[in-house]
Amino acid sequence: MSDPVIELQGIVKQFGSVAALRGVSLKVYPGEVLGLLGDNGAGKSTLIKVLAGVHAPDSGEIRVRGQVRRKWNAAISRENGIETVFQDRALCSQHSIVTNIFMGRELKRFGGFIDHRRQFSEAERLMREIGFTSKVFSPDSTVGLLSGGERQGVAIARALYNEADVIVLDEPTTALSLMETQKVFRFVEAVKASGRSVIFIGHNIYHVYDIADRFVVIDRGQTALEASKAEIPDAETLIRTMQELAQHGKSEADGEAA
Amino acid sequence: MNNASLQLPLHIRLWRNHKRSLSTLIALFVIWGIFTAFNPTLFTNWITYNAIFLTLPITIFLVTTLVFVIVSGELDLAFPSVMGFSGWMFVLALKAGWDPFLAMGGALLSGVAMGTAIGALVVYGKLSSLVATLGLNFFIRGIINIGAQGIAISAGNIRETLVYQVFAGRYFLFPNQMYWAVIWTLFCAYLFRSHQFGVRVQCVGDNPESAAQMGIDVNRVRMSVFAFSGLGAALAGVFSIFVNFVWWPTNGDGSLLPALAAVFVGGTPTWGGVGTVIGGALGAFIVGFIESGVVGIGFDGYYVQFFFGLIIILSMIGHRFSGRRIR
Repeated sequence: MSDPVIELQGIVKQFGSVAALRGVSLKVYPGEVLGLLGDNGAGKSTLIKVLAGVHAPDSGEIRVRGQVRRKWNAAISRENGIETVFQDRALCSQHSIVTNIFMGRELKRFGGFIDHRRQFSEAERLMREIGFTSKVFSPDSTVGLLSGGERQGVAIARALYNEADVIVLDEPTTALSLMETQKVFRFVEAVKASGRSVIFIGHNIYHVYDIADRFVVIDRGQTALEASKAEIPDAETLIRTMQELAQHGKSEADGEAA
Repeated sequence: MNNASLQLPLHIRLWRNHKRSLSTLIALFVIWGIFTAFNPTLFTNWITYNAIFLTLPITIFLVTTLVFVIVSGELDLAFPSVMGFSGWMFVLALKAGWDPFLAMGGALLSGVAMGTAIGALVVYGKLSSLVATLGLNFFIRGIINIGAQGIAISAGNIRETLVYQVFAGRYFLFPNQMYWAVIWTLFCAYLFRSHQFGVRVQCVGDNPESAAQMGIDVNRVRMSVFAFSGLGAALAGVFSIFVNFVWWPTNGDGSLLPALAAVFVGGTPTWGGVGTVIGGALGAFIVGFIESGVVGIGFDGYYVQFFFGLIIILSMIGHRFSGRRIR
């Protein structure tokens, strides 16, 4: 297997007295879809936010293409080719599709002035790419007037721009219609086909099983399982394994408490 | 596949992008129309407007920068004291024999420094900007009062300087400060819409979490709106000396409520994320116009505040239609 694009090692993150992550490690290889699983509160979203630079880890190491990064924040994460479609979409609802796509990464001319024309045409291109060609939308359309699936489309279009190496999708199909969910799956396959990686986080284990090549299960802030699809024959087995892990983890935690 | 441009028709884009300032312009015309209907001779006479144009720029400098603060989701109530402070620095520098241009530059810098300090306190001290700037307004005014010991400082000889000719002389129909105020407003409007600074201010005000997730340094943006507000206050302070030729320790005190009212009358909503600089400048015009207007159509001075409040409330109701909140 080739070297990982991204490597997180021993990530610890504490919120007050709550230990959200207790030494999680994660590797992402080029051209793979990594399914990140775990129960509610297991620490999936926190881990993703550490990777995206939104939360600074208390300890642990982040490596990009083998190199340790000491300074890490949201802007640096994006500069290093990691694009995240957050669970809450991270959109500004009073603003246009263009403004949202280029938020934090405006296309500029001299002295920080924005190249509106280029932003517009790039946004237009991206919208076509993801099949966003309805007559009623324009890159100027206000995001707050779009449906949930359409907003997801804007967040995905934003992640697509710049050809990121790793695209993280945090619960991308929550609250989406069947058709929209299919669209997200096709998008994941297209990204994979282009040789880039996807981290796919989902509640629906059947979905994740179908789409991912490899799985990482997180339980109570720790990596509980890392397995390739070849090691797990079907989604039922994956569910059973996760239940066993949860049981095991629970009795262990109870043991600790006692 | 439809490959036609996704560009919306021009008139839709115009309304979409400028509805807030356009509705303020309409409000201004309606108010002017009412005043003129009641007293045609007065309100078609240019002299009536001369007085307004003399002092209007001071409010415009305050309002245009305040719009950035409100849009960022913060509030600055300390600008009146910063205005007084920078005006003070200006007259002190003049008295000390500084070159007037240098004195002006120094006064503006003092405003930016003060604004930056206020921003740092609010942002890194994690304070509510409403309460913190309310306190700071008293605090800074207190420093001015202690320093000036209640004594006004005259700057009467400024009239002979080139600075005065450039910034407050008279060219054609208007006092020069009015031209500068218009240039400043257009500059701010361009900054707001087409510069990284303005666009990021809007994103931070709309949804700070989203902005942070997309790599925008939210704290830095918040700091810079206070610094910018300090610059606007300093401009107002310096121009108030050009108009009055004297600095009082109370300089700027009366500007708090009219300037804030102008921001909101101008069409910038209270909830942050969106707003209009040009609307704010037009709002300053409305606010400045009401006082002379109400007296001009024959009411006693006692009625000014009544109509002032009425027009603020009516215009807020009007803006409900042009700019509802989108979530």
